[in-house]
Amino acid sequence: MYLYSLTLQRPTGIISAINGNFSGGKTQEIVVARGKVLDLLRPDENGKIQTVLSVEIFGVIRSLAQFRLTGAQKDYIVVGSDSGRIVILEYNKEKNVFDKIHQETFGKSGCRRIVPGQYLAIDPKGRACMIGACEKQKLVYVLNRDTAARLTISSPLEAHKSHTIVYSICGVDCGFDNPIFAAIELDYSEADQDSTGLAASEAQKHLTFYELDLGLNHVSRKWSEQVDNGANMLVTVPGGGDGPSGVLVCAENFVIYKNQGHPDVRAVIPRRVDLPAERGVLIVSAAMHKQKSMFFFLLQTEYGDIFKVTLEHDNDRVTELKIKYFDTIPVTSSMCVLKSGFLFAASEFGNHSLYQFKAIGDDDDIESSSATLMETEEGFQPVFFQPRRLKNLVRIDQVESLMPIMDMKVLNLFEEETSQIFTLCGRGPRSSLRILRPGLAISEMAVSELPGVPSAVWTVKKNINDEFDAYIVVSFANATLVLSIGETVEEVNDSGFLDTTPSLAVSLIGDDSLMQVHPNGIRHIREDGRINEWRTPGKRTIVKVGSNRLQVVIALSGGELIYFEVDMTGQLMEVEKHEMSGDIACLDIAPVPEGRQRSRFLAVGSYDNTIRILSLDPDDCMQILSVQSVSSTPESLLFLEVQASIGGEDGADHPASLFLNAGLRTGVLFRTVVDMVTGQLSDSRSRFLGLRAPKLFSIIVRGKRAMLCLSSRPWLGYIHQGHFLLTPLSYETLEYAASFSSDQCAEGVVAVAGEALRVFTIERLGETFNETVIPLRYTPRKFVLQPKRKLLVIIEGDQGAFPAEEREAAKKECFEASGMGENGNGNMEMENGGEDEDRDDPLSDEHYGYPKAESDRWVSCIRVLDPKTSSTTCLLELQDNEAAFSICTVNFHDKEYGTLLAVGTAKGLQFFPKRSLTAGFIHIYRFLEDGKSLELLHKTQVEGVPLALCQFQGRLLAGIGPVLRLYDLGKKRLLRKCENKLFPNTIVSIQTYRDRIFVGDIQESFHYCKYRRDENQLYIFADDCVPRWLTASYHVDFDTMAGADKFGNIYFVRLPQDVSDEIEEDPTGGRIKWEQGKLNGAPNKVEEIVQFHVGDVATCLQKASLIPGGGECMIYGTVMGSLGALLAFTSRDDVDFFSHLEMHMRQEHPPLCGRDHMGYRSAYFPVKDVIDGDLCEQFPTLPLDLQRKIADELDRTPGEILKKLEEIRNKII
Amino acid sequence: MQASDRFNINSQLEHLQAKYVGTGHADLNRFEWAVNIQRDSYASYIGHYPLLAYFAIAENESIGRERYNFMQKMLLPCGLPPEREDD
Repeated sequence: MYLYSLTLQRPTGIISAINGNFSGGKTQEIVVARGKVLDLLRPDENGKIQTVLSVEIFGVIRSLAQFRLTGAQKDYIVVGSDSGRIVILEYNKEKNVFDKIHQETFGKSGCRRIVPGQYLAIDPKGRACMIGACEKQKLVYVLNRDTAARLTISSPLEAHKSHTIVYSICGVDCGFDNPIFAAIELDYSEADQDSTGLAASEAQKHLTFYELDLGLNHVSRKWSEQVDNGANMLVTVPGGGDGPSGVLVCAENFVIYKNQGHPDVRAVIPRRVDLPAERGVLIVSAAMHKQKSMFFFLLQTEYGDIFKVTLEHDNDRVTELKIKYFDTIPVTSSMCVLKSGFLFAASEFGNHSLYQFKAIGDDDDIESSSATLMETEEGFQPVFFQPRRLKNLVRIDQVESLMPIMDMKVLNLFEEETSQIFTLCGRGPRSSLRILRPGLAISEMAVSELPGVPSAVWTVKKNINDEFDAYIVVSFANATLVLSIGETVEEVNDSGFLDTTPSLAVSLIGDDSLMQVHPNGIRHIREDGRINEWRTPGKRTIVKVGSNRLQVVIALSGGELIYFEVDMTGQLMEVEKHEMSGDIACLDIAPVPEGRQRSRFLAVGSYDNTIRILSLDPDDCMQILSVQSVSSTPESLLFLEVQASIGGEDGADHPASLFLNAGLRTGVLFRTVVDMVTGQLSDSRSRFLGLRAPKLFSIIVRGKRAMLCLSSRPWLGYIHQGHFLLTPLSYETLEYAASFSSDQCAEGVVAVAGEALRVFTIERLGETFNETVIPLRYTPRKFVLQPKRKLLVIIEGDQGAFPAEEREAAKKECFEASGMGENGNGNMEMENGGEDEDRDDPLSDEHYGYPKAESDRWVSCIRVLDPKTSSTTCLLELQDNEAAFSICTVNFHDKEYGTLLAVGTAKGLQFFPKRSLTAGFIHIYRFLEDGKSLELLHKTQVEGVPLALCQFQGRLLAGIGPVLRLYDLGKKRLLRKCENKLFPNTIVSIQTYRDRIFVGDIQESFHYCKYRRDENQLYIFADDCVPRWLTASYHVDFDTMAGADKFGNIYFVRLPQDVSDEIEEDPTGGRIKWEQGKLNGAPNKVEEIVQFHVGDVATCLQKASLIPGGGECMIYGTVMGSLGALLAFTSRDDVDFFSHLEMHMRQEHPPLCGRDHMGYRSAYFPVKDVIDGDLCEQFPTLPLDLQRKIADELDRTPGEILKKLEEIRNKII
Repeated sequence: MQASDRFNINSQLEHLQAKYVGTGHADLNRFEWAVNIQRDSYASYIGHYPLLAYFAIAENESIGRERYNFMQKMLLPCGLPPEREDD
């Protein structure tokens, strides 16, 4: 089995973000690392974050930094990754790519302890860069310019210190003196030797300054001093005339200013009032803002509170350090303060946000200062504060993030054409159920009812130079309605259009006149109001029309074509007639090319399943240039011109080309390239869009022509970052559409469906999925489908939080104390997230997080949710410190209760110092009220945490620690029937098929078991020989299991066919052999058939199809919030083709950040039988000559390769 | 150093041990071995962000706190070293 791996949704979480001017000039940009993807983001003028570029780098990005050479206008990007190399990138605005400027190898690849890449620090003047590892190694590179002003990089200088753990490094701003880097270091050599523990307890962190002597080209330890043992992060303080220089050391509970030859200036970080005493406060992200006259720092704690830190200084003596409460936003992994007055907050879990500064915290607020620091016998006196609503920041945009995906199911609960993906995302109060649908989201601007069922709609401008449309013209079966667009849209009668007949086409003709084609003629309305009518000869009627700005072709019934042109005076003149052999199904004229008088091509589709290209040139007018036969009658045609591009932000480098699109009766969209000189058709592709013949319309998207295809659902074909994408829109079936532009809506679409006229815009171009969000209360763990009623049952749970009642009580108390009303916000409202959250609820948990409790306290709930109405029909909050961990539906064989719900819980679970619990339980619930609510039948105590539950032959299988046990339903409790205690660690998944049971162990991969009813025995007949730390598993077929492990691998194992047959034929079912066993394991071993390193922890796997009638593929969701698919190849030829393409891509286009592609995909185990589609899909981004070179090696043309890539993608989504 | 010494297995080993922390030797005891494995593991957790996030979800802590905890544990990952027999 060979698989094709394709990422459907790139990771949405962010691990690190930096800001600067990467394209040069004044625009503020943000570069974010999403694990294996590097993105360039830019807030547009409306404050919406736009993704300008997104590159998969096939490696692990661990750190990012930006620097600028003195006097330069542009920032460079330094990437610390797992490649054992330092990589410096420059953003190339012209081509919209990251150019690799330098790549210097310094060590082994992989995220290792002593290989640098974990930390990056930059000299604030951009003269040097330090790259460090967790332990020992630090390398300094000198950055400079050569005579041609190109960036140069030196060979590395070592600043190693062995037996030393490094917590953080940063550059020290010392103006133009020798560059200095600071590091928090901890020496462990003595602690490792001293068995009394004295050395360990005395181990002290040090702040060390490393000086790079630019003259001697040497790095030396300049200064080292003890620092608070809770130190975890360093922040550069401006120096060299802008400030006092030195560093801020962020430690647990403190911020300390330190510099060489300067006494420490220390202040406590204010604590939340409700924080348990044993918890510290740690700074997790920091940002600095510097203006000419002042600078300040924003530091965020692990609870989400942001503090503004300012330094009072007198030249380079710091007199006071102040920490003032600023605002509270969800915890971030990075914050970026943009010069344009925005704060980009990259959340560690959940959606990222862009905030605008309303103030910079100059008002009075709770403040701690070094001047008022009080030391008492118990230590320093803490300062307390209460979080409040946002005062200094206002959120203006959000970027969706699925991180982390905890569980996922692909189901078609809404009976739509394609399945929906239900994902459980987020953590704690920011958890949600997100329903993903493949396709673009639209936002509806207006819906208005019309008097009748419209058949078509157009929009027209009055003059070619107008910015906005003037009229919307709607055609009915026997009338035409004209609406004028202004402040409001209203019906008008003075437009000159004939309203007593249906219309076939309405458009702007020439520069400023309008044309209405109706069955009996053409009405030409001149700008001054004169009307010219052309009538059809005899009783023939017009059936089809094709037109552009200067040319009109009509088709009369019977198959006659009449061609008109607009002459110099603006008159519409008949030029040519042509009799076709039969009736005409559809026709279209290509738009007039820039600077020409006419378009040369007319496409005519006929009922004999052919499309002909006719010439419109005066010398060979109506000559047939080429003929293309298609599989069924073409019903709609559209020429789509793609303008030449030399790259830039929206496109790769490509010449101008013309595509002919045809919507066929069978619902297939047929697309071919038209030779712009000869009119020959080539390179045809087809794609099934839906159950109705697609109608094609040209609309404008981002100022470019795009194609709207209306089949049983609407699709949009457009160019995004150099790729042509054809994506469904998440909207209902539409009849007819036209582009729409007005004052309120620059780029919209007006469409008719049923009796309504709809205006909408298309949002977030380039995205694969659009999502519907339903908020949840706690971190979701798992969910199941209640199959009969199509309800979802979700278990949620959080460690270290207070139960709902206690939270409510505490909140009330706090409001009473502060004299604020509670506004009647009940229990249920706290999970109703959304836009108005921060306004309605002064302390929304979604924003501020749940108050922290001791780590042995748990909260948990079981929720029944109706996804159709997105309402919770039942919510059971578990009591007494119990938390739910597993769930399944079960039908016991006595059928007394029908479908029951089993939930595995643990009470008082603790992970430290050792995993312990008070008790485990299995709850059995009965569904009441059509499944909408739950009633507890009974609960059964068990000795461990039941992490896996599964129905099996009318009984319940439970995995409790290392025990697999079979239960039957009793009156008061579950009854043990059979068990097997031979599993190595902890059972985390159980799946069954016939009499086989597939058990997943937390560390030891899969175990295949069998149950013998006659002997009432469970036994393991096969297992895996590789230790796999399972995070997800899925049963593929009788012998095959798919699994994902903690280290980011996905693998398939299969029981060899002969072993499988032997076991099935053996009357003892392999039991005799089992009793013998092999080396403490099972007698048979499964074989690994597929292995692939995804580079991200996959938490859920499912085999499903995302396209109607398509084959199934394995879909996975990951912690970083990405979705991917593995599709099995069906032909050997495809395998050959793609493996060769992958090989050439590896050679010709090595990954951006220097990791070897094969090495990355084989990071833990050698990759086996999986072809990396993400690498193959980078083929179109290669320069044309390289594309041709690879294509030659494969004996194909680049076009054929692109077609292959598109085909295989279309098989998946 | 003589040319022959460079190819001497012992000197090669010494070189490796000096260059790569955690390279074993014949007298390595159980504790030293375990400490190395643990430190390598923690460094790997810190380096692989998705794994760090996975732990953070399990413990309901922020990722920054989780990273700090792992760094702190690198000091004494296996508790106190055993007493030396020859002392």
